[in-house]
Amino acid sequence: MTATATASDPATGGPRDRWSPRDDLGLVVTPFVLLAVLAAYLTWLGAQDLPQQAASAITGDKLLTQTREQITITALSTLGVLVIAIPLGIALTRPWGKRFAGPALAVANAGQSIPAFGLLVIALAVLGRVFGRAQDNILQNTIGEALGPGLVISVFALILFAILPILRNTMVGLQQVDPDVIEAGLGMGMTRREVLWRIELPLAVPVMLAGVRTALVINVGMATLAFLIGGGGLGVAIRSGIQLAQNVVVVTGGVLTALLALSVDWVGAVAERILRPKGL
Amino acid sequence: MSDHQPMITLDGVEKRYSEDAPPAVERLSLDVHRGEILVLVGPSGCGKSTTLRLINRMIEPTSGRIVFDGEDVTHIDANDLRRRIGYVIQRIGLFPHQTIAENVGTVPRLLGWDRGRISERTDELLDLVGLDPSLYRDRYPKELSGGQAQRVGVARALAADPPVMLMDEPFGAVDPITRDRLQNEFLRLQEEVRKTIVFVTHDIDEAIKMGDRIAILRERSVVAQLDTPSRILAYPVDDFVDDFIGSGSTLKGLHFERVRDLELSNDYPFVRSSESRGDTRRLLADSDARFALVLDERGRPERWVDDEDLSRGDPSETVAGLGPKVIAMVEGNATLHDALEAMITSSAGQAVVVGRDGAYTGVVQIEQLTEVIRRMRAEAKAHYDRLRGRA
Repeated sequence: MTATATASDPATGGPRDRWSPRDDLGLVVTPFVLLAVLAAYLTWLGAQDLPQQAASAITGDKLLTQTREQITITALSTLGVLVIAIPLGIALTRPWGKRFAGPALAVANAGQSIPAFGLLVIALAVLGRVFGRAQDNILQNTIGEALGPGLVISVFALILFAILPILRNTMVGLQQVDPDVIEAGLGMGMTRREVLWRIELPLAVPVMLAGVRTALVINVGMATLAFLIGGGGLGVAIRSGIQLAQNVVVVTGGVLTALLALSVDWVGAVAERILRPKGL
Repeated sequence: MSDHQPMITLDGVEKRYSEDAPPAVERLSLDVHRGEILVLVGPSGCGKSTTLRLINRMIEPTSGRIVFDGEDVTHIDANDLRRRIGYVIQRIGLFPHQTIAENVGTVPRLLGWDRGRISERTDELLDLVGLDPSLYRDRYPKELSGGQAQRVGVARALAADPPVMLMDEPFGAVDPITRDRLQNEFLRLQEEVRKTIVFVTHDIDEAIKMGDRIAILRERSVVAQLDTPSRILAYPVDDFVDDFIGSGSTLKGLHFERVRDLELSNDYPFVRSSESRGDTRRLLADSDARFALVLDERGRPERWVDDEDLSRGDPSETVAGLGPKVIAMVEGNATLHDALEAMITSSAGQAVVVGRDGAYTGVVQIEQLTEVIRRMRAEAKAHYDRLRGRA
């Protein structure tokens, strides 16, 4: 995984004493490029004389809904991963949790090695029954109702799928904190908790964020498969295109998926830039 | 609380990592006096760092008592204890994501000082360690050199004005020149702040330079000898200490005596450079000395002349320019070691002593140095004989 490689960048990149616009040029330009590509594609699409079938598969309404679903799946699954993986990663690097690190990483590795489709099917088999028995359970009555059971199940599956990068980067980020810095903190009378919050976590942030960015990109891509279990998303457009043998529809779904993935990656990059502690 | 009460007392402190293995620190009892620098020195693995970390309970003792300023702190909250003790480690451990000011303000922040007081204190400390606050306050640790980082480490340890500082090879990770400068700066700082300091090093020369007292530790942190540097150098109690302080210990002892404390000899006649050769020759002949000293018009030693030099030319000419230049010259506050060095470099058996203004005050002879060494040894031996007699 390339995510951990960014950990060494601050160390080897040398002192970055003065901010120069060139550092952030890529970050500033990217959204404009993405918007320009989107506008160009939509213009081109509007100029096409599409068959009735194709046109009805990619109406503005449908595409907007699908994009929104895709974003919802990505956001919720990444949020879920954050809530699970970061505390877990912290726990597994504490003196009392270290011995569970090996097994936990093995499970997380397995989660990512299972083919995404398989994971979705397993999730459907397990969770589908929960959501299937409607009316009488809280899950179905709340989020199932609001978002659709397929989408919720997709989110659960993607959480399992994307735990690894965040879990591992949280652990690596915390492990690479200079032991002398921790020793100094404890030696001055900081409690373990203060050392964690004021020293270890801030210093681990760049590596952790690299993991978050990886998870985001995995999830936005995988969300395209959510249509398989009725979760919606841009996969729906792609499938329609294939079923109707309309290449324009397939390409439209594909282009939007790609642009969305690049945008999400950009959001991750901006977060990394803003949240990275100064002085590193 | 009296000044005679030790600042720190270790009372039979022991650290065992397992029941079967020998202890890392074996029943150590030790007093650290108020305002002194006590150096723990010993070979690698003798437990000196462990001992230091037992004091602020970074390592919890297996048994024994730690008394801090009259208070038994063996079982109090370790974090409270550590906030009362400055702690400097070899690799410093500055927080890389915090500015220098934030680093220095760590303990005051933990103690809940208000912002104004913290920033005032921070600036004061940066000044104290010789870093201009307006330049360094907002910098990050990566922008500092090793020596500067070490100064910030010391400032951080002093932040809440703790009565005690623990220093674990604080100058071990910097180059020899910087180390020497940091040592000197630190000694000057200590003159001002008068902390009680426990200082760990494996370098006996550093121990001799920094310590008011030195504890030489052997395996399991057993104290082999605990005394002032000069007494340890003059009288190592056993072969272990003798081996550890190494060859040249006698010479090192000369660092502790100063030229001004000696009775300087005035056996050599001295004249101004405007004096005539004939008069000087007569003066030299009347004395027991083989040389006379020529001073310039401000009384500063210039040259040595002997009878042969003076016999040249017309006796009415002045002595200016005759004879070899004076090379071995030391000030009164130089150590005897400096004096010896001057003698050796000039291959003379004596060194000329001058005052601050450079004016001649007398001559120190190499025999006086050997006499001092003999006296130091005799005194140290007598001291230990007295101790043994009492025991």
